[in-house]
Amino acid sequence: MLFLQILANGLVLGGLYACIAAGFSLVWGVLNVINILHGSFIVLGGYLAFFGYTQYGIHPFVSIAIAAPLFFALGYVLQRTLINRMIAAPVLLTLTLTFGLDLMLANGMLAAFTADFRKLILDPPLGILRLGALVLPIDRIIAMLLALGLTGLLYLTLSRSRMGRAIVAVRMDREAAALMGVNVKHVYALTFGLGALMAGASGPLLAMIFPISPLTGPVYLGKAFVICVLGGLGSVPGAMIGGITLGIVESFGSLWFGPEHATTLSFVLLIAILLMRPEGLLGRKGYA
Amino acid sequence: MKRALLIGVLLSGVLALVPLTNDAYWLRLGTTMLMYGVLALSWNFIGGMAGYPSFAVAAFLGLGAYTGAVAQKFGLPMGWAWVAAGLSALLFATLLGAALLRLRGHYFAIASLVVAEVLRELVNSATELTGGGMGLNLPVPSMISVQAQASFFFYAMLALVLLTFVATVITTHSRLGFGLRCIQQNEAAADMLGVNTTAFKIAAFALSGVFVGIAGAIYASWVHYIEPPDVFDVLYSVKAIVMVLLGGAGSVFGPLLGAAAFLTLEELVWRKFLEVHTGVLGLLIVLLVMFLPRGVLSITQLWKRPKDHRA
Repeated sequence: MLFLQILANGLVLGGLYACIAAGFSLVWGVLNVINILHGSFIVLGGYLAFFGYTQYGIHPFVSIAIAAPLFFALGYVLQRTLINRMIAAPVLLTLTLTFGLDLMLANGMLAAFTADFRKLILDPPLGILRLGALVLPIDRIIAMLLALGLTGLLYLTLSRSRMGRAIVAVRMDREAAALMGVNVKHVYALTFGLGALMAGASGPLLAMIFPISPLTGPVYLGKAFVICVLGGLGSVPGAMIGGITLGIVESFGSLWFGPEHATTLSFVLLIAILLMRPEGLLGRKGYA
Repeated sequence: MKRALLIGVLLSGVLALVPLTNDAYWLRLGTTMLMYGVLALSWNFIGGMAGYPSFAVAAFLGLGAYTGAVAQKFGLPMGWAWVAAGLSALLFATLLGAALLRLRGHYFAIASLVVAEVLRELVNSATELTGGGMGLNLPVPSMISVQAQASFFFYAMLALVLLTFVATVITTHSRLGFGLRCIQQNEAAADMLGVNTTAFKIAAFALSGVFVGIAGAIYASWVHYIEPPDVFDVLYSVKAIVMVLLGGAGSVFGPLLGAAAFLTLEELVWRKFLEVHTGVLGLLIVLLVMFLPRGVLSITQLWKRPKDHRA
């Protein structure tokens, strides 16, 4: 029974992880930029939900709808004004650039919100669901479903909408897409905006479950890395599989090796996968 | 080559006069600058010469610091503890390089970034050996006056930076340096033309580890107390990269110049913006990457037109 409980916990965690990683993977795959800001965006989204709830009584699930357009705009502007200039630069420079931006954002949050860990506590709580011997907090289940829903929406946007097809086209062949009349700079900025949106929207979901602090940004970033490598780059289903895998691995890892080793375990997994299958578990070489 | 070595020796001769000022502030700043010089020169082997975006500096620094500290805990004299730290970093970098250097671009960058995190967690949980999160105290050296201690660590760091510099100059003028520059330009072509790319890259990675390991051990002895988040701080990796970018990658004097320039900036930022200094540091990094990706010396080229238009 313990096995089933741990598996359920892992699945809940995995759904959230998929949502964290989908936007990060999109930006990495299309722009070939590792967005170090991603973790801090998630934390900022968490603060939005926290203050929205404590100050104005806006339910965290509602603040997702507020966070989404805000973060999309933030990402679009950031890409259009700063990162687009460096898009063709070597890996090292784009990495260093987003790292510098992240230092600014993280320090800004530290100055504004202090390093205290805050917890968003719903009043009244949503209670728990009992399925036989399984115990599942309802807020977690809803958060997971919303996370999976958001990830699914991203998938639909990429596969169905005109904007999404343009993004995929640019990812496949930038020059050819430009020749077909796609405005590449605009598409890059849209992509970065979508990545930021996914981060900002998963913030409130994570705030329901984990404490919020500016110090947790790098933790989420690390998870996004691992998931991208696990699932393969730049595909939403890859992020989904990678996220759920990591969630399950972490849950069972905490059980067997102790919770303090969960992070180490996931990073060791990351290095092992990188060495054995650099294209990821699902990934194909080249473009997906 | 002789000229570069001569300038290096002269420069360290001048720097050796700093302890004569007997000013604790300048000694501390000087020792930090020399340590930054070691980090920047070391990163230059793999990042500047071979063009591999390594973020492993923090891992080597932390490993060296903890090897030195634990070795002293078991009674090894300080000097030998530093040697042990260098050897452990050398061995670790060689093994790690053999595994990681098959990756390129972002994947290599991230894998090397993650190594520091893993080591930090391991050190954190090995409480009996390393003190875990409580950190580890180091024996205070037998020198009586605080001033003598400060001068001693300054000279130790100066000797190390000179050693790293000499290694850089020799490497630059050797087959290894030539091969690494070939790898940076086109690894596949270098491989085809008979450069043993795997061995060369591992050698560069090992060189980028060994001196940082020793620097970590000297740092640990200098500050008497280390804890995992301090010495495995990923900011060390980023700082090394920024210093080399500031000074100009791949050159011999560039990293040293970058270290001096970076420390000056950092010190000014620290003093003026204590609360938000990492934010201002971030802003500096952004400005640097956006406007001077080829280093401060390239500032002259912003106004100068290239003489040869065919190039």
